[in-house]
Amino acid sequence: MAKSGDKSSSSGKKSLKRKAAAEELQEAAFAGDGATESEGQPPKAAAFPPGFSISEIKNKQRRHLMFTRWKQQQRKEKLAAKKKLKKEREALGDKAPPKPVPKTIDNQRVYDETTVDPNDEEVAYDEATDEFASYFNKQTSPKILITTSDRPHGRTVRLCEQLSTVIPNSHVYYRRGLALKKIIPQCITRDFTDLIVINEDRKTPNGLILSHLPNGPTAHFKMSSVRLRKEIKRRGKDPTEHIPEIILNNFTTRLGHSIGRMFASLFPHNPQFIGRQVATFHNQRDYIFFRFHRYIFRSEKKVGIQELGPRFTLKLRSLQKGTFDSKYGEYEWVHKPREMDTSRRKFHL
Amino acid sequence: MASAAARWNHVWVGTETGILKGVNLQRKQAANFTAGGQPRREESVSALCWGAGGETEILVGCADRTVKHFSTEDGIFQGLRHCPGGEGTFRGLAQADGTIITCVDSGILRVWHDNDKDVSSDPLLEVRVGPGVCRMRQDPAHPHVVATGGKENALKMWDLQGSEEPVFRAKNVRNDWLDLRVPIWDQDIQFLPGSQKLVTCTGYHQVRVYDPASPQRRPVLETTYGEYPLTAMTLTPGGNSVIVGNTHGQLAEIDLRQGRLLGCLKGLAGSVRGLQCHPSKPLLASCGLDRVLRIHRIQNPRGLEHKDEPQEPQEANKVPLEDTETDELWASLEAAAKRKLSDLEQTQGALQTRRRKKKRPGSTSP
Repeated sequence: MAKSGDKSSSSGKKSLKRKAAAEELQEAAFAGDGATESEGQPPKAAAFPPGFSISEIKNKQRRHLMFTRWKQQQRKEKLAAKKKLKKEREALGDKAPPKPVPKTIDNQRVYDETTVDPNDEEVAYDEATDEFASYFNKQTSPKILITTSDRPHGRTVRLCEQLSTVIPNSHVYYRRGLALKKIIPQCITRDFTDLIVINEDRKTPNGLILSHLPNGPTAHFKMSSVRLRKEIKRRGKDPTEHIPEIILNNFTTRLGHSIGRMFASLFPHNPQFIGRQVATFHNQRDYIFFRFHRYIFRSEKKVGIQELGPRFTLKLRSLQKGTFDSKYGEYEWVHKPREMDTSRRKFHL
Repeated sequence: MASAAARWNHVWVGTETGILKGVNLQRKQAANFTAGGQPRREESVSALCWGAGGETEILVGCADRTVKHFSTEDGIFQGLRHCPGGEGTFRGLAQADGTIITCVDSGILRVWHDNDKDVSSDPLLEVRVGPGVCRMRQDPAHPHVVATGGKENALKMWDLQGSEEPVFRAKNVRNDWLDLRVPIWDQDIQFLPGSQKLVTCTGYHQVRVYDPASPQRRPVLETTYGEYPLTAMTLTPGGNSVIVGNTHGQLAEIDLRQGRLLGCLKGLAGSVRGLQCHPSKPLLASCGLDRVLRIHRIQNPRGLEHKDEPQEPQEANKVPLEDTETDELWASLEAAAKRKLSDLEQTQGALQTRRRKKKRPGSTSP
């Protein structure tokens, strides 16, 4: 009885635990097949009947105890193995085999057959004559209309205002409950090239419709992780009127190319940059991360960046041919979760 | 080399950049054929059909209102015929007794003499079908009978050797339960073999069967599928069902005896622009705006057989007409709009290994 009292009071101490464990095991042994144990000395490995696993112990405290002990054991072994490997590498020196690269989902990505080969002529021709050709040939310069769904709340309104500072030559208009199909012909007559509609749900922006105007494709995105300027820590001062540079990362497939070109056509096409602002659309695992920074080259190799502007994440839901017409329009790509999301290593953008 | 390859192509696809692609499913290869050597958007293929002489020639209707003759034996474009008149692209192309029948968007249906030397001859016959035509289809059993239909343009069946009036003019269905007129938008028409019946699929996701032999001008059978416009349709080898595709890439097989949905096929991500079943085997070729040509097996089991990825993506325009013997081959193809033509010569096949991508539960027995 005294022993058990000790047991409970000094539960943190290993040796006492071990003794208690030994005692319990002894009792169990007597009750069971009679595997003998040494008494007094805490046994490193208690004798269990073969095929016994820790999870079969009915007593929760005891089970926890055994498990923690096992875990500590595993950790020790792992550390020992690591040290050994490190020693071997040092011993071999230059002849050591290269370190194995850990597998990540991006590494294991299933090769997408629609990945565009840079030398592909048909794609090149297709892109040279698609709806964005006039932008890339510098025949039209972008003029963007930014609006929201009807009756937007504060966050959405502020996001629109901040977006309009990021995207040059953009105008924000209040939606006033107008139908998009009626807004679009008016935009076309007023020479707008793109229409951005930010959809709002329960006071947060959650969707983005980007429609290239004369008759271009319409992309519908899901928007998440929206951070307005005041929510960004350690940010720089507000963006200036300079036209930003654009970075489009990782748009490899044909669909990715189309979306990348859509984003590129929002900004004026001028390779001579003035100002040190950059807008990045980074695609990773089908999520497009938008960031807006100001950079400064401190030396040849060191760059400092400050994040300005809003940040958000987009995921493509559908790409529709023609201007916005969700009911009767023809879709170039529709995201179908049950068919397309079956593999964790397959991405479409 | 080109000629040999051209002969063994199973599926022919036309694209929006003007390239005609022949896909060899046995060797999983695609060959591009252009009239001018370079792809041109003005020549985007809007209609395809077999030419005279049983699948050795393809008639390609382009957006610049020319009909080109392509020989599958030689693999080259042989002739060009300019078919002016009316506005819009070709919505139907057919060939009958040495004449070419064309129908354009604005509703001008013309019959031209199929003579290369006589490039600028006038049409032999001109019929005004009504504006907004979406499809003109020729009856395979009676080459001089065509059917046309379109947006707010009811289904009409014309006998080109008969009178100027249509043989059969369909009537719109009754007003719906709110007493509103049901709009008409016939997107695709097929003639059912063995009888005079016609099947249409509409942009308001309806599939309708008309019977000109019966006194009823309204559809004999009407079913709906999905909630998006149906853009393409093809008959299955059995003749009892059709497969329709809509703008979201959903394919469904619908039984015409009861109007029931038999099952769906999956895989397409973009709007279906072209569908074609093999005349005897339970295979379906589909192409769409997602730039991929897919071969599906319709029964036992229902699933994807091949997928031909485009090397250079283009937009699909038309549907394939037929496909022949298919093996387990993965061709790299640009699948844009496709019009497919099948090559019936290729009937001896190697093993048809079953490739089960995803089996649809509850697939019907043949």
